[in-house]
Amino acid sequence: MNNIITLSNVSYSYNKGTPLEKKALNQVFLSIDKGEFVAIIGHTGSGKSTLIQHMNGLIKPDKGSIIIDGQDTKGKGLKELRKKVGIVFQYPEHQLFEETVYKDIEFGLLKHSIPKDERKKRIKEIATILELSDDILLKSPYELSGGQKRRAAIAGILVLQPEILVLDEPVAGLDPAGCKELFNIVRQLHLIKKITVILVSHSMEIVADYADRIIVMDRGQIKMDGLVDEIFSREDELRAINLSVPQIAKLMQLLNQLDSTINSKIFTVDKAYDEILKKVKKNHD
Amino acid sequence: MIKDITLGQYLPGNSIIHRLDPRTKLLMTVSFMMVLFILNSILSLIISMVIVLSCYHIAGISYKYAFKGIKPVLYVIVFTVILNVFFTSGAPLLVWKFITISKEGVNSAILVSLRVLTLITSASIMTYTTTPIMLTDAIEKLFKPLKKIKVPVHEMAMMMTIALRFIPTLIDETDKIMKAQAARGADIGTGNIIQRAKSFIPILVPLFISSFKRADDLAIAMESRCYRGGEGRTSMRVLKFTNKDLFAFIAFVLFTIILFVLQFFI
Ligand SMILES: Nc1ncnc2c1ncn2[C@@H]1O[C@H](COP(=O)(O)OP(=O)(O)OP(=O)(O)O)[C@@H](O)[C@H]1O
Ligand SMILES: [Mg+2]
Repeated sequence: MNNIITLSNVSYSYNKGTPLEKKALNQVFLSIDKGEFVAIIGHTGSGKSTLIQHMNGLIKPDKGSIIIDGQDTKGKGLKELRKKVGIVFQYPEHQLFEETVYKDIEFGLLKHSIPKDERKKRIKEIATILELSDDILLKSPYELSGGQKRRAAIAGILVLQPEILVLDEPVAGLDPAGCKELFNIVRQLHLIKKITVILVSHSMEIVADYADRIIVMDRGQIKMDGLVDEIFSREDELRAINLSVPQIAKLMQLLNQLDSTINSKIFTVDKAYDEILKKVKKNHD
Repeated sequence: MIKDITLGQYLPGNSIIHRLDPRTKLLMTVSFMMVLFILNSILSLIISMVIVLSCYHIAGISYKYAFKGIKPVLYVIVFTVILNVFFTSGAPLLVWKFITISKEGVNSAILVSLRVLTLITSASIMTYTTTPIMLTDAIEKLFKPLKKIKVPVHEMAMMMTIALRFIPTLIDETDKIMKAQAARGADIGTGNIIQRAKSFIPILVPLFISSFKRADDLAIAMESRCYRGGEGRTSMRVLKFTNKDLFAFIAFVLFTIILFVLQFFI
């Protein structure tokens, strides 16, 4: 119905026509609706990064087609498409290059010919959201700490106000607080601005906490696709492709074996906390 | 994007050519290239080409892949062929209005293009079958006598090893940064010449910064393992000539003699 991303029968190989040819995607079908929060999980090398790079035409499929908001990525208008789809790559701080953080955030806006007043307004807005003080904005990006660099780089993408936000392992190397902070910002954007979010992550806890739907990739193909509860109930299948369920789920299963009135289909710490507390209170009474 | 350059990339394998001593391969390649410059009969050059192609066959590298590697050079060859065909004077073969094609022109065009193709394919069979590290090892060993006259052979070889080691890393990194900037709306390499030059800044700055960082890391890693240059240093891979190399040398000399005999007596 409200389809914003449609991949049909997409295949892609790296180093085509050489002995080093490597099939990274193999007949992928996928559709994502406007406003969804989707997580992509999969073992390392399963093709997650390759898949997301197809979503703004950085990689064109060998076979099949990709339609983003009615536009084929093989056609013209890639620049418009890239404004619509913001991709935050693994270690985005490697893309910082300007003299000051402010200028670096401004880079994308300039490239999309946004007028000056608008640029100023947007940078101010995004700097506040990501807690980049005026002080930091005037520093060189290379003087910042790792976490600040990461936020500066992400600001450079968010400032373009993408309708679809794609994050590839955005918190690798961040401390737990910085990690939580970042995801809360993403969740806010998702809830308030109704943007579609696609998140690639190796952390099942983060996936369970934030996503609504999970796509499981294995060797270039989509193995499973469903709501969080449904996917994490299929533990054996996940295990077979070297994935796991959130740790808290294991605890809940153990508790469930001791006392079958405890719900075992719980995958986030918050919900587990509520459930256990409820149970303990009941036993107390 | 930038990853389509395949010329000179090492392709893992286990053929007899892969297993030859790198010094043998280097010496033979250099001598073969000199031979190619001396040869100037079409027949000899065709036979040289056949020899090189059989090496590809033995090494298990498909001709299709080899052809992909020389594609960029084809333009140069086409250009020299055109120059040779139209601008060499001699006995006219074909005259049409003001264009004259001479017999000598056609002849030298064929010679030049055969020579260039054979040169490139023979040099690449070496790099296809030898890791860069092995190659620098071979260079260091072969130039060792120059140490007597204070040429810093070891240091130069080490520099080469490091440079070669980091080429793929840099290519990977360039690819990543290009994609990241393109995702922000940068259009790289378009517009007039000034815009084009400017469009590379967002790629070059991060690339330089990370290269310096890498150099720094590497220096610290080397120092903390007590690296202090070539003095008294032994090697993990000891190069050894074997029967295979002897066989290769004999084959090489025989082929060279045949090539010259063909050139001078037929
Ligand atoms: N630039 C490249 N050149 C050649 N092969 C590549 C390249 N990038 C990825 N591959 C290969 O394609 C496959 C899929 O890689 P991809 O980066 O999409 O995996 P991933 O799921 O993102 O893994 P990770 O979780 O480690 O980031 C891998 O087997 C990888 O080796
Ligand atoms: Mg990846």
